[in-house]
Amino acid sequence: MAKNHENEKFPIGHIAGFIVSLLLTFAAVGAKLYTDLPMITVMWIIGALAVIQAILQLFMFMHLTEGEGQVQTINIIYAFFCAIVVAGGTIWVMTSGHVHY
Amino acid sequence: MAKVDKSLPLEYQTEQSRLNILGFWIFLGAEVVLFATLFAAYGSLKDNFAGGPTPAELFKLKDVMIETLLLLTSSFTCGIAIWYMRRQNLKGLLTWLIITLALGAGFVFVEVNEFIHYVHEGATMQTSAFLSSFFVLLGTHGLHVSIGIGWAILIIIQLMKHGLTPTTARKTFIISLYWHFLDVVWIFIFTFVYLARMGG
Amino acid sequence: MHIKWEDIVITGDPLILSAQIGITLTMLAIVVGVTYFKKWQYLWDEWITTVDHKKIGIMYIIVAVLMFFRGGVDGLMMKYQTSAPEMDFLDAQHYNEVFTTHGVIMILFMAMPALIGLMNVVIPLQIGARDVAFPQLNALSFWLTFSGAMLFNISFVIGGSPDAGWTSYFPLAGKEFTPGVGNNFYAIALQIAGIGTLMTGINFVVTILKMRAKGMTLMKMPMFTWTSLITNVIIVFAFPILTVALALMTFDRLFGTHFFTISGGGNAMLWNNLFWLWGHPEVYIVILPAFGMFSEVIATFSRKRLYGYNSMIISIVGIAILSMVVWVHHFYTMGSGPVVNSVFSITTMLIAVPTGVKIFNWLFTMRKGRIQFTTAMLWSLAFIPTFTIGGVTGVMLAMAAADYQYHNTLFLVAHFHYVLIPGVVYAVFAGFYYWWPKMFGYALNERLGKWHFWLFNIGFNVTFMPMFFLGLQGAVRRSYTFSAESGFAPLFMLSAIGSLILAAGFAVLVYNIYYSTRYADRKISTDPWDARTLEWHTASPVQPYNFAITPEVKALDAFWYMKKNKEGLVLKEEELEEIHMPSNSWLPFYMCAIFGVVGFLLVFELFIPAAICSLGIFVGLIIRSFDYDEGYHIKLDVIKKTERAWRGEK
Repeated sequence: MAKNHENEKFPIGHIAGFIVSLLLTFAAVGAKLYTDLPMITVMWIIGALAVIQAILQLFMFMHLTEGEGQVQTINIIYAFFCAIVVAGGTIWVMTSGHVHY
Repeated sequence: MAKVDKSLPLEYQTEQSRLNILGFWIFLGAEVVLFATLFAAYGSLKDNFAGGPTPAELFKLKDVMIETLLLLTSSFTCGIAIWYMRRQNLKGLLTWLIITLALGAGFVFVEVNEFIHYVHEGATMQTSAFLSSFFVLLGTHGLHVSIGIGWAILIIIQLMKHGLTPTTARKTFIISLYWHFLDVVWIFIFTFVYLARMGG
Repeated sequence: MHIKWEDIVITGDPLILSAQIGITLTMLAIVVGVTYFKKWQYLWDEWITTVDHKKIGIMYIIVAVLMFFRGGVDGLMMKYQTSAPEMDFLDAQHYNEVFTTHGVIMILFMAMPALIGLMNVVIPLQIGARDVAFPQLNALSFWLTFSGAMLFNISFVIGGSPDAGWTSYFPLAGKEFTPGVGNNFYAIALQIAGIGTLMTGINFVVTILKMRAKGMTLMKMPMFTWTSLITNVIIVFAFPILTVALALMTFDRLFGTHFFTISGGGNAMLWNNLFWLWGHPEVYIVILPAFGMFSEVIATFSRKRLYGYNSMIISIVGIAILSMVVWVHHFYTMGSGPVVNSVFSITTMLIAVPTGVKIFNWLFTMRKGRIQFTTAMLWSLAFIPTFTIGGVTGVMLAMAAADYQYHNTLFLVAHFHYVLIPGVVYAVFAGFYYWWPKMFGYALNERLGKWHFWLFNIGFNVTFMPMFFLGLQGAVRRSYTFSAESGFAPLFMLSAIGSLILAAGFAVLVYNIYYSTRYADRKISTDPWDARTLEWHTASPVQPYNFAITPEVKALDAFWYMKKNKEGLVLKEEELEEIHMPSNSWLPFYMCAIFGVVGFLLVFELFIPAAICSLGIFVGLIIRSFDYDEGYHIKLDVIKKTERAWRGEK
């Protein structure tokens, strides 16, 4: 059920998570502000980096898989599905057809 | 309380605790959709400047990076606090929890200053649809952080009063989930609201 | 904002004045009556501070029945106004207010409370649990719903009702076009009630996943429990969308932002999009528990196991996922273009398929069964063909190109009433007749029940069938009158007559409740229908702790299995232990009052008082956080006495 890190002397998981999050953040800043890539490419890169950092933090910081890990994971997956439908769907509907001005 | 399982970390030991933690994860699922809806509104209205200030004119990379680092570090220190909690170390837990709150308060302070600066520049939430959606999205997140700080203070008081019990451990774990979640939301705010529209 | 005294106390309108007088007299009568019978302590201890899911469920149902009355009167007024051309009973403004309150009340304050009430009573019993996962949160859910309902209802007599439809479209719902407080009531009352419902969603998901009796795997759960699980999952993920939409509406109206107001670059269509992103899952939130109830009733009164259990589950899971991707069909004509419209036409037509599967499963359940024509079964039998009419007209509407002809005509209105009434209302009625004996210890009268059924069913069809044809002829919705030249008059008159028959049916229900409460036999079996599921293995009314020993489940239709194999029916007193119960709490009621006050102040845009009073909400949360109450225990002798009393009858 719960991964007992009780034998660790050092919170290595948390520190690793923190450092990788920082790296992902700076990578995104670098991609946007310090390259000449086209906007659409940059958006995909920083978007992907954001999703990776979010998933990383869900596992490393929030112990997603502990306790009722299975239910919690399905819950978060469905939440992200709904989030994409809501945010992406809205933007798609609102920028299609005659609506967009 | 029936069904105490001493092989688990303290916060999972009672049946009621396991229910509460699962319930909170489900609440976080609802919050994901809540923020997604705010992003949806922002995404639809982000280019409607109504002749008013634009992101390029308003956003300053330095402030945004400070906010991001404060919040990210506070999420890390919150994780350390729980790490101490799992080692039954109340003093370590309280120390790192207070550090977390200080960083969180720092985040709120910088953000409030950012908003005041915008208002001085003539960018209020009544100025344009872009600014309405910007302020409400950011404001909702900032309000969540502020409420989290208040909530954490309540938990700290209870930890000092009752010590580390299955109940107080559960309450602490739940607020740590809330706190981490707010940083996860910030990742997306940082990326899609600020970074995507900074000149460079 | 300048509020004048005349806005707060509305005079000069006979309907409103009589409502004000009526409400004041009723409240006075209640206060006097309760004082005279010395029942304040009883009310406080047993109902206002209760955290018992069964009592909370009953309170929800009481609210639903009362709201059904108000929503029904709204409907009757609309039918009277449109019974002949150029009637002047309601002018255009009043007609707008009436159809707005009719829609909001029927969906949010009648259907939702009725279904959530029945779920509250039945689900913990069906899964063999002693309560829900979070009893105090459950009470809070009810009291917040009540708070929102009361705030919404008060708009009629103080300030003015909302008038932009239950869908509250912009720009009409914006400050520029409806500057009064009416639509503030809409935004804030629904927000408060919505928070309560979201809490219910979380509560029941955890309850169903984690508190089932030993041996009840997911695939041995009763169908009503399955549909409730999926319903509450949809609630958790759909209601936050409404929370945001209403908040943005509130900001636009109260604080001058530009989300949906066109000046400043807002987009009115964004409201439609966000509203229906919630609104479509909402209709599945109301229909799925109804499907679950029909499954229980049809199986019990066919004396057969429900047919196609696995395909039923696949269907409802499919509905849950698809329900999130059909919402644009509510506004095909708003200009999102052919690509968007085509995609949503396909998803909308797809979602009809799982429901069709369920209809066949119910029919196959009845095939070769031994049908008992109780009132509950009659509602289920009528549901199948009438709901199917609603469903197939839905597929007609699903085709975007065709919808340009049907949209916002009475054809649409007839469609949704043909799915909502046979779907949800008939299920609620079936649920009442079925579970009433378990809730109260006596049954509703079957003879009166049949009058209720026939009047309501005939009345419903006479009211709404003509509206399909009126819509095809061009009669539009939300229109307070029509001309004699249009030729609509005969069918409108027929529809109005139908509404009187409907009203008579509802009156029989109310009479049935009174008559049965007064005269019905209290010495009835605890299992009067020879049913199949665990909630029937209890006393009637159910004992406070539900089960002295939580049952062990061996098969689907757990109680039927126990009866057929004579297992688990006898109580072994030596196995009894003290039962832990949660304490009552005054906090949920306190939150109801505080939210009501803050809401009222916000509606009237009194921001400083609202901000000050909202501190009361935080006070409530702080009190809750510091509450370490561990509940109490029911002693063994009390348990033994209670159990012997109801089992002695067996």
